[in-house]
Amino acid sequence: MQHFRVKIFAQPVAVDFDPGPAIAVFHRWIQESELPELLIDVADYRHVPDGPGIVLMAHDAVYALDQTKGRLGLLYTRRSVDPAETAPARLQNALAAAHRAASLLEAEPEFAGRLRFEARSIEVSVNDRLLAPNTDASFAELEPVLRVAVDAEWGAGSYRVERSGSPRELLTATVSA
Amino acid sequence: MKTSNSQWKNRLAGQIAPGLVQELDVYENEVALRKQGKIDEKVFAETRLRRGAYGQRYDNGQRNDGKQTRKLEYPEAPTKGPNTLWDAPGMMRIKIPYGGVNAVQLEVLAELAEEYSDGIAHVTTRQDFQLHFVHIEDTPALMRRLAAVGITTREACGNSVRNVTACPIAGVCHTERFDVTPYASALTYFLLGHPDCQDFGRKFKIAFSGCRDEACALVRMHDMGAMAAMRDGQRGFELYVGGGLGTVPQQARLFAEFLPAEELLPTAQAICRVFARLGEKKNRNTARVKFLISKLGIEEFKRLVGEERQILAHDDRWTAYLKDIDTTLKEEPLRPSSLLEIKPAMPEGFAEWEKTNVYRQRQGGYATVTITLPLGDITSDQLRAVADISRKYIKETVRTTVEQNLVLRWIPQGDLPALYNELRAAKLATPGAGTIADVTSCPGTDTCKLGISSSRGLSGELRERLAEKQFVMDEAIRGLRIKVSGCFNSCGQHHAADLGFYGVSRNKAGYTVPHFQVVLGGQWQNNAGSYGLAIGAVPSKRIPETVDRITSRYLADKQPGESFQGYVKRIGKAACKTMLEDLMVIPEHDAAPDVYVDWADAREYTIGDIGVGECAGEVVNPIDFQLAACERESFEAQLALEAGDASRAARLAYESMLHGATALLKQRVPVFAEDGDTVVGHFRTHLVDTQLFHDPFAGAKFAQYFLKAHEKWELTVSPERAHQLVEEAQLFIEASHACYARMQGAKR
Repeated sequence: MQHFRVKIFAQPVAVDFDPGPAIAVFHRWIQESELPELLIDVADYRHVPDGPGIVLMAHDAVYALDQTKGRLGLLYTRRSVDPAETAPARLQNALAAAHRAASLLEAEPEFAGRLRFEARSIEVSVNDRLLAPNTDASFAELEPVLRVAVDAEWGAGSYRVERSGSPRELLTATVSA
Repeated sequence: MKTSNSQWKNRLAGQIAPGLVQELDVYENEVALRKQGKIDEKVFAETRLRRGAYGQRYDNGQRNDGKQTRKLEYPEAPTKGPNTLWDAPGMMRIKIPYGGVNAVQLEVLAELAEEYSDGIAHVTTRQDFQLHFVHIEDTPALMRRLAAVGITTREACGNSVRNVTACPIAGVCHTERFDVTPYASALTYFLLGHPDCQDFGRKFKIAFSGCRDEACALVRMHDMGAMAAMRDGQRGFELYVGGGLGTVPQQARLFAEFLPAEELLPTAQAICRVFARLGEKKNRNTARVKFLISKLGIEEFKRLVGEERQILAHDDRWTAYLKDIDTTLKEEPLRPSSLLEIKPAMPEGFAEWEKTNVYRQRQGGYATVTITLPLGDITSDQLRAVADISRKYIKETVRTTVEQNLVLRWIPQGDLPALYNELRAAKLATPGAGTIADVTSCPGTDTCKLGISSSRGLSGELRERLAEKQFVMDEAIRGLRIKVSGCFNSCGQHHAADLGFYGVSRNKAGYTVPHFQVVLGGQWQNNAGSYGLAIGAVPSKRIPETVDRITSRYLADKQPGESFQGYVKRIGKAACKTMLEDLMVIPEHDAAPDVYVDWADAREYTIGDIGVGECAGEVVNPIDFQLAACERESFEAQLALEAGDASRAARLAYESMLHGATALLKQRVPVFAEDGDTVVGHFRTHLVDTQLFHDPFAGAKFAQYFLKAHEKWELTVSPERAHQLVEEAQLFIEASHACYARMQGAKR
């Protein structure tokens, strides 16, 4: 299991919520090397409904204030792989990176009080259909990996794991308290 | 990079055509060899380009973050081309011949966008798909996955025959002579990888159209364009050659009034051979076939092609496809035809959508539906939704369009409300296809290395504003088209729009300011029948107001039945410029800092690595005035051209370049005589030999415009030559502004 994607869902936002200020925030993060990855550029997809929103492209990962399927959230997609890491460690690192970015975003003055992320509502996907097709077998492989990683963050047994998405979509699980 | 890359080869064994398997194995090896430093970087660059793997902005490892130019510290690795870092993300262009795409192909595109890109697939102005932010080491697996569903990226970029485009309603159109689809397909695969097409100095673009008067495939702006024609009951083509946009736009010239269908492939082959043999190879800036035709003259070009045609060795493929021409790629409906029943309770928004996004086919009871894609972008989820819809309502007869949309063909009209509901659920039922709100844009500074201003940022802004207003607009305004390019290279096809814009920059008190040149009066109809000319540069942030003003004036002042092109022609370019003059003024930095930031960006604007000066409010340098004067002369040259005075236009164009060069030289040479020979001498020494005037990407191209104009100066010139000089002068002045910015950068 590799190339994990973690989406931390946002709490409901105002109807007129504008993700646009994330453009300035992400550019500032690049200027100030706010995140550990090599940060490259910002892409604006606000014009695409239910799309990736505002994207911060990094060399090893992609961050986005994402609106896929109409749900706002901070999406972290790992692009590179450290072969020495175990699958649970990869997922834990992805979770940590997503949480770090979400916390930073909440604290930015552009979103003060208007953007809050759920403490315990995430979606985890595996972004490689060949290694992890969206099948029962793959999900059986993913679930224990996911539980190891989430147990470490939230405590054992304090959450539900559900498989989601059609077979054509990435192998995906939603995790909520 | 995906660790699964190496496994795709085995997984897809047997699903890829044998020839392609070998090609992709070779490509994968070349990627590996280059990574080991065993292939020259230039050779590898052309190799990957011919496979559709293109560079992307910042892949030289530098990026201005708004405060400073910073090095992007990628891991150590060889380059993937000159000044192009291995690990920097790139763009993958995916050829879609005549725009035809089926459901499983859409599903694979969705997968690739998710797994290798940023979740977005982008439809281009030449019916391709593009994926951005792709790692070079993922490209072999990506190509194999495409090949397994019948898509090749071969020759999507590089000096090759690019995607062959065609009218997206070919076969269902009311005015076409016949369906050009199978001819476009046959020519695509005949020329793909053809030995006669491997030694071009530049790219070669081909388009097919079923009729003359509609926009269709914009035949007149292509290197080779074929319009369906009939003679004595026989099918053939009115063939055009040598069209093109870019820095020196040219309308294609008539090559043959009627070329019998069986001569299409061999004639195209002969044209390619002449282009490969005689086309410019060293200077890329004059290497398109349009320059060869200009140099030789159309009659000599035709003679040479005729000669070449006579000596071609016979190839059965020239005509083999014709025996099945009426059955090959023939589309059929999935469902029986039906008529739309207007009911009191139609879905919300259906009427507006149906008005702009539905085309009634010539086959009774069927319609072609346009899915309007914002700036050509579509998500993976939406691609899958389109695939599902195309299986449910039609036999997967989907095409991309040059206006960056998708069309679904053969929809029973009675199914339109249900289809609309399904599209709406996928957020794909945006109305306004082909209207002023359906803005076309190249990638611009978002991802393109050549972008000067943010074409997508501007287009997104215009689209949002116009989408709100379009339902209350006068039809005369609503029917106009806006096309935006990030630079003079015209990928957004701004020359063929009513309102076209292309990115440029200007300087004010040490700051660089994003601008767009306003190009008015181009013609989309008649296969891009005429091009607009530049009116003047307006700061990017003033473009929405510019659109409002131009359209309001047109509506107020137009004569009954007068088209926008007619209006622009009647009032003349001087009046157009006067209309916009106040908007062209750049406010002081402190008074309007927003003007110094481009659309959809937060960084203070720069071009290249030029630092932003800290001198707001300083006294304006005389060169700003001198360059403005050059622009005025250039504009006057356009007016002279419009008035039919070619000689005056040419003289003014030349003088504007002379004065631009003089203005720049004054920054370098204290005293000099300002006659042409002296200025040219100093210009060579101080600005050309030092490469200070060189464009970062086009090199000495713009300098050569001036040097050649001086060297070959004649008092009497043809209107064609005058037109070329006027265009070149405009670009020379843009280059002068950029050079001045570089001088300032060097100074500060």
